[in-house]
Amino acid sequence: MAETEFEPRIIAFLCNWCTYTGADLAGTSRIQYPPNIRVIRLMCSGALDPVYVSKALLEGADGVLIGGCHPGDCHYQTGNYKARRRVAILKSILKQLGFDEDRVWLRWISASEGRLFADTVTEMVAALKAKGPNPLKGAWDI
Amino acid sequence: MMHSILKTDGNPSEAIHSLLRRLLDAGIVDSLLVPLRVAAGDNTVQTLVRDPRHLAAMDPLAPVMPVTTARLVSNITMTGIKERVGVVMRDCEIRAVVELVKLQQAKADNLLIIGVDCPGTYEVRDYADMLRHGVDAKGELLSQVAGGDIQPHAGKTFRTACQMCEKFTPSHGDLRIHIFGDDPRERIHLEVADVLAEKLGLEPGQPVEAREGVVGDITRRRTETRDRLFAAFRERVRDMSGLQAYLSTCIRCHNCMVNCPICYCKECIFRTPIFDHESEKYQQWAARKGAVRLPTDTLLFHITRLNHMVTSCVGCGMCDSACPSQLPIATMFRAVGQEVQALFDYVPGRSLDEAPPVATFREDELEGIQ
Repeated sequence: MAETEFEPRIIAFLCNWCTYTGADLAGTSRIQYPPNIRVIRLMCSGALDPVYVSKALLEGADGVLIGGCHPGDCHYQTGNYKARRRVAILKSILKQLGFDEDRVWLRWISASEGRLFADTVTEMVAALKAKGPNPLKGAWDI
Repeated sequence: MMHSILKTDGNPSEAIHSLLRRLLDAGIVDSLLVPLRVAAGDNTVQTLVRDPRHLAAMDPLAPVMPVTTARLVSNITMTGIKERVGVVMRDCEIRAVVELVKLQQAKADNLLIIGVDCPGTYEVRDYADMLRHGVDAKGELLSQVAGGDIQPHAGKTFRTACQMCEKFTPSHGDLRIHIFGDDPRERIHLEVADVLAEKLGLEPGQPVEAREGVVGDITRRRTETRDRLFAAFRERVRDMSGLQAYLSTCIRCHNCMVNCPICYCKECIFRTPIFDHESEKYQQWAARKGAVRLPTDTLLFHITRLNHMVTSCVGCGMCDSACPSQLPIATMFRAVGQEVQALFDYVPGRSLDEAPPVATFREDELEGIQ
């Protein structure tokens, strides 16, 4: 009997105006992509406190996707620039503490880029399957 | 800035007392925040003084720092002050004030910073213990600052943060009290803003040549210690189990956060109902994972505190001193901070004109982040 293949669980924080709408477009366009993603809608990628990303990883999420508007196109002008800095800081901290910072992806996906959203999720699932499950799954002494 | 020399005639504290008293008497400041020896004699705490008679108990060179003055400067300037206040601080406190001003938690106008060279501080309990046994801890250090071979009292150590501190001379301040390179029992050297020097009636004097070499030597030794401690931390914490072991005795008192000058949030997320989970949730987590350590989210607390404040960490080590489990938090935060701050070429406390990394951005940067 073949072993059940590991299916990564991705938590996605998507900005309302761009990436979430882009994901919606992927849906209405009936573009097929892996169902491994759990979406959390934010008004802006700049509203994402790194505590949520860290929490997702500590709770065993195999990957965290942060989606926002392209730099320069933020609905609130500058939110995504702040998100970019916060993600840079978060990744540095995760890496220094021995976590796999490559499980956190920051992608700029606009409202019209339904195809790009689907491709990103497909790409991420493949990458995470190659990595294997988050070693923190089931961690209870944290 | 002008250089001046203060003769001390065997009593450096008294010489500084006279100088600072002049600030009050001449109306250059209306109040002074200065370290005062407590009545019990075994501690020295920052005190806001308006009546000059209280200055007699002044002990500005006492090698102890129960609370970081930066937090106090925030308290006394936050809502704006109409009168000038002079504050005696060592460099880590000055740098923290600079960060707090930029984070809009303190105001620099009407603030006269009086910086002091710092040879190192002891933990409050060690300092108290020495004083109760009649040890002149301060005097011992003052006899070492001329040559720079700074050693703690036998059987005691300086706080870890001090052992690895490479920035111990005042980086800001219109009045800077220098003791390295000369004998404070004979002379103290002052760097003073010209206007202030005039008001205080200070005569120009020659700086002491030995200072640069002495400060350089101490800096080099401290940097070596720092790098050694950072390397040890990085060796210990390379994966999850290393991090868990490093923080194994954390009791979630949050003292590190409470005493950190940079952690200014009136409502830290970890003190809000976000972490008051519904009772049933604990059972659900325990059911899913088999067991759950309580209280939950210990690693998350430290990781989040890093994310929120490490860009401005000045390495004062109040976190270490406040931790009941004596966790080496200062080493972790300084080591992680070193790389995070380097991402932005940022040095906390270097300049009032440099926005903290979390408070600004550039349109063209970090293109590779994804």
